Amino acid sequence: MITSAIIPKPLARLPWRLIFLVAGIAGFGLLVLYSAAGGSVQPWALKQAVIFVGFLGIAIGMSWISEATIKALTFPVYALTLIMLVGVEALGFVGKGAQRWLDLGFIRLQPSEFMKPAIVLTLARFYELVPAGEIRKWRAIWPAMLLLGVPAVLILVQPDLGTCIMVVLCGVTVMFLAGLPWWIFAGPVVAVAVAAPIAYNMLHGYQRKRIDVFLNPESDPLGAGYHISQSKIAIGSGGIWGKGFLQGSQSHLDYLPEGHTDFVFATMAEEWGLVGGVLLIIAFGLVIRWGMRVSASARTRFSQLAAAGLSATIFFYVSINLMMVMGLAPVVGVPLPLVSFGGSAVMTVMLCLGLLMALERQQRTVSTLT
Amino acid sequence: MNRPTRLTVAHQSITFSRRMLLLGGAQAAVGAVLVGRLGWLAIAQNQKYQLLSESNRVQLIPVPPRRGWIIDRAGKPIAINRASFRVDIVPQQMEEGRDIVPEVARLLALTLDDVDRIRRDLHASRGFQPVSVAENVTYEQYAGITVRLPDLPGVQATRGYSRYYPDGPAVAHLLGYVGAANAKEYEAEKKNPLLIIPGFKIGKQGLEKSLEPYLRGVPGGQRIEVTARGKLVKELDPKPDRSGQTVQLTIDQGLQQYAARRMGDQSGALVAMDVESGDILAFVSMPAFDPNSFSEGIGQTEWKMLSANDHIPLLNKVSQGLYPSGSTIKPAMALGFLKQGLDPNRKFYCSGGIQIGNRYFRDDAAHGAVDMRSAIEHSCNAYFWAMGLKTNPQQTTEMVNYLGYGQQFDLPVPSQRFGTMPNPKWLEEKYHRAWQGYDTANTSIGQGYVLINPLQLAVMPARIASGKLLQPRLLMAGKRKPVPALDVDSEHLKIIREGMAAVVNGGGTAVASKLPLDGIQMAGKTGTAQVFRLVARGHQGSWALRDHALFIAFAPADKPRYAIGCIIEHGGFGASAAAPVVRDSMTYLFDKEKALAALAPLEQQWGGSLAERNARELAAFKAAAGTTTA
Repeated sequence: MITSAIIPKPLARLPWRLIFLVAGIAGFGLLVLYSAAGGSVQPWALKQAVIFVGFLGIAIGMSWISEATIKALTFPVYALTLIMLVGVEALGFVGKGAQRWLDLGFIRLQPSEFMKPAIVLTLARFYELVPAGEIRKWRAIWPAMLLLGVPAVLILVQPDLGTCIMVVLCGVTVMFLAGLPWWIFAGPVVAVAVAAPIAYNMLHGYQRKRIDVFLNPESDPLGAGYHISQSKIAIGSGGIWGKGFLQGSQSHLDYLPEGHTDFVFATMAEEWGLVGGVLLIIAFGLVIRWGMRVSASARTRFSQLAAAGLSATIFFYVSINLMMVMGLAPVVGVPLPLVSFGGSAVMTVMLCLGLLMALERQQRTVSTLT
Repeated sequence: MNRPTRLTVAHQSITFSRRMLLLGGAQAAVGAVLVGRLGWLAIAQNQKYQLLSESNRVQLIPVPPRRGWIIDRAGKPIAINRASFRVDIVPQQMEEGRDIVPEVARLLALTLDDVDRIRRDLHASRGFQPVSVAENVTYEQYAGITVRLPDLPGVQATRGYSRYYPDGPAVAHLLGYVGAANAKEYEAEKKNPLLIIPGFKIGKQGLEKSLEPYLRGVPGGQRIEVTARGKLVKELDPKPDRSGQTVQLTIDQGLQQYAARRMGDQSGALVAMDVESGDILAFVSMPAFDPNSFSEGIGQTEWKMLSANDHIPLLNKVSQGLYPSGSTIKPAMALGFLKQGLDPNRKFYCSGGIQIGNRYFRDDAAHGAVDMRSAIEHSCNAYFWAMGLKTNPQQTTEMVNYLGYGQQFDLPVPSQRFGTMPNPKWLEEKYHRAWQGYDTANTSIGQGYVLINPLQLAVMPARIASGKLLQPRLLMAGKRKPVPALDVDSEHLKIIREGMAAVVNGGGTAVASKLPLDGIQMAGKTGTAQVFRLVARGHQGSWALRDHALFIAFAPADKPRYAIGCIIEHGGFGASAAAPVVRDSMTYLFDKEKALAALAPLEQQWGGSLAERNARELAAFKAAAGTTTA
């Protein structure tokens, strides 16, 4: 917060540190997109800048929404998102192909993106309603599982493994913080270990191949392992200081696929090196820490759980993407928020940040009033 | 879980704080892992990935080196590179959706086969690598393509180099030819990218093949930056190529060409040697193919013509043809007799044949009383049969082998066949039977098991002439080893040389082949090798049934400088077919004008020079086969 006489109060009360941080990350991302296009604002950087500024405005606007309003809208938004997911599935069935969005004519809505913050808010709201004494009862567990499981399955069959994993992890984080018994979390880990071979057989061909290649990327360096191999080459060849702005050969000569979307981190690391990579990771770490602090100092159970869950969403975005591009996780198609080109990830992250800012403003407002 | 206490809001708050701590810790741990991984990739494995990134970025297009020349002993070129024009297509520069192949095919008058091949290559190629359309196109075609280049995106007309042999067929078997590497050769060189450059040729036969390491040179490289899709981004600093070495041969280009021409349409081989050094001056096998057309990729028709020819132009007769030596063995036999103490002046009365065991061996004529010199002079078989029976066949045949017959020489000629010089021990090992009188008789006149190659036919007179254990050489650069003297009495050698001189200059079998030079006499020995045992000797109606004619010689007879061995397949008597060829070739070494003057009327009689006759033959064959070069 900036306290100064010349700045009007509503502006001064904005969390400027966070905004600068987010704008810094996004600005850096725009530089990377500019370079990925061969030193041109077309076709990505300019569009991305517009999207970012737009969603930043929306996020700041959202910071004035009260906690009560958020709570009131939580269940309806969740229900609406669920309906849209079903709708997408039905359309996909009719159109005989994978379908992830609803084309409303003026905008393409990807309901699975909305589901990330929606599931966090819904579960936070649900556990707020559960009395403290009931938290270890079966009653506190199965509804949450249903609330989480139905959208997760709908997203999985789209098929969008990356988003499905994100949604599940966000939901599980809220459930974990809500105080559900340990075995709820330990159990599935054991179950996954047992069921993994079975699930593996049920995956789509391309998903299965991605996992095979993840386990041994060099087995197919020209085929399915190409993405990971080239991404590691880009990152590794960047060294400590990188090859320099606009000097990345992997991205500029098209050896690195998806260098402006999912693998944008590799494009960045090739040109900015270890230094750029570490700075970016620290910046994201600070954003997440800010969100976790909002959660830690929250007064209500809803805002505690919601703030932690929303921060976790950003965390999972960043960490899954980075693990993916550095060969620590299979390629599941999770973009790097604020840096990767594409509106939906920016939208999701800015929605999360907007909600976090609203919850943070609430704390201050409440504290000044009491 | 089993605690009876009720969970309160306070409990919940504690749980939340604890789990928040845990979650924060886990997030920090993941962050640390990510930074660690980033550091591992960017620092520890930086070199590995930098290398991979470079090998992605930079492609090396090898620039083929120019092949080294082959020159003769005087420095005259016998294999050079001639500027040639070629047309390629760079697939990446082709216009999308426009087929230029028919247009190019029309301009270059290509056949349907060529068009098919080009389409296949285009389909299989990587963007920036050119696909060969045609090699050695004429200047008119090159110019025709060049003016239309703006309309033909992707087409490249370039000047390159192709191998050229000025002497054509005369050097075919000596040098071999060059050609594009085949799949096997490509594999054998561990997929050397140089071998698959359009237009790059490697030695396929003869010296071109065996001298390949010297002649090839070191390829340069055009380093280019390319995208993942093979699109050229920019050219980086090139690496210059290094031309192949020039290799100097001991061959005398003039003699090589003369001997080839002098042989006319006959099938045979001639080898000439310098008796001081062992340098091979001529290495001729005729008839021969034109290595120039082989190097350009020989047409089907021409190949068929060469394969069908009964004079086997595709066989290198010098290193791979094996023949009975006939009477050319006699000087060496005589030396063997002398070594065993036979008196050269001992008279033998030749009555036209002798009885050996229960078989009567008939000579060509009754020579009357002969000694060693006149037995060589008149090629008296009966003398050699009789003396052979009086001496030790093992020692005699060893002497013949010592002088060259049946020996293999260390020459850079791929696949030499070196024949057989039989002896009693060899016979025992190979056929498990004892040496008989008739074996001595057959061997004494170079028949039976005796098989020699034309190279040995030159080494033999060279060793007798010089009295040294000469080794034939083809490369000027080879180390000159001191040549040891032959382990024979020089008096004995003198007797043999006198006998051989009389063959040509006395009253011998080759008096018709005296050198037409003042003060220079040639010494020699004729040989006639039976091809079919049962038919009568001499001229036959059928070419393939006639005897082989052989002649070995050295000159000057008193102070030898050159030795020549020659075989004319199915030439009849050695004196009539082989000796004149040797005489004229020997004359060439001393007096070129005179030799060429002797050749002119002969070529007129045969219907033109070698090149003219070859061209006419090919045209006739093509007309008969009904093909045209489209």
